[in-house]
Amino acid sequence: MVNRQVVGAHYGLKDWIIQRVTAVIMLVYTVALILFLLAMPSGYEGWKLLFGQTWVKVLTQTTLIALLLHAWVGIRDLWMDYIKPVGVRLTMHSLTAVWLVSCFVYSLKVVWGL
Amino acid sequence: MTKARFSIYRYDPDKDAKPYMQDYEIELGPNDVKLLDVIVKLKAMDDTLSFRRSCREGICGSDAMNINGKNGLACVTNVADLKQPIELRPLPGLPVIRDLIVDMTQFFKQYHSIKPYVINDTPPPERERLQSPEDRLELDGLYECILCACCSTSCPSFWWNPDKFVGPAGLLAAYRFIADTRDLATNERLDNLEDPYRLFRCHSIMNCVDVCPKGLNPTKAIGKIKDLMVKRAV
Repeated sequence: MVNRQVVGAHYGLKDWIIQRVTAVIMLVYTVALILFLLAMPSGYEGWKLLFGQTWVKVLTQTTLIALLLHAWVGIRDLWMDYIKPVGVRLTMHSLTAVWLVSCFVYSLKVVWGL
Repeated sequence: MTKARFSIYRYDPDKDAKPYMQDYEIELGPNDVKLLDVIVKLKAMDDTLSFRRSCREGICGSDAMNINGKNGLACVTNVADLKQPIELRPLPGLPVIRDLIVDMTQFFKQYHSIKPYVINDTPPPERERLQSPEDRLELDGLYECILCACCSTSCPSFWWNPDKFVGPAGLLAAYRFIADTRDLATNERLDNLEDPYRLFRCHSIMNCVDVCPKGLNPTKAIGKIKDLMVKRAV
């Protein structure tokens, strides 16, 4: 194969938007969570009361998905910046994707298991 | 009479196995105001010291170098404001030809890749393509770039991927032509830039804005390119 410089994959905008939107979701959730925790009785009972609500679980799960998407764009950016050999980069991309999907599956158990 | 102490990066690939820092000390005269004045004087002392210079007034962009860790133009930097010993190094991230002279091929390749000229295939009018004063205002803060490479060589994304990432100078120029009402190739220009490497290596850390000797804002221009892409996509 000739060693050609290739760029022009024509993607990136969606990832860039996703990174920004998910950041807002995480920020809103963090602020809301802090306010709720301050308002709730402290300790395990307070936690259980809060996270027993379905809408809290939905919000938490949505935020976790946002976190994973955000992490996907961020970590992939790291590999794209620093890892030069294409084979190694593709492997890192794949391992990252597998790891994040696993985190998602585990987050289902954590959030909905209560 | 005040003295100035220097520590300057020296490297002559024909003679030196590796680069080293050389110390200089020089008396400052009453006319030695800008850093370039003093370096020119140093060259009279040691004619092996190499650097680029031309207009000596911040227009040509030849004498960009790393001054005490920050990129800038020697000709517009006051020597009195610098902490001594003044450490001079070549622009980071580009191959060194000799001493403070770097090979800017990669930088200009990226600049050329954005087609830095007005593209308009409609028949030219008899005299010229006119712009309204408001349309012309859009180019302020963009056309002033002198391509000194201070910004691109202070950008980590350009350090890691100089062959793929256009860099702040190239992207500022790209937006200069996107913003030009006489240019009709906006879509092609956006297509050319919509790429994870060419545009989206920019993580908005704004080193470019920090160092630009002309006070320009490449990060803002990059943001406007992204805005247009969003506008086009949603």
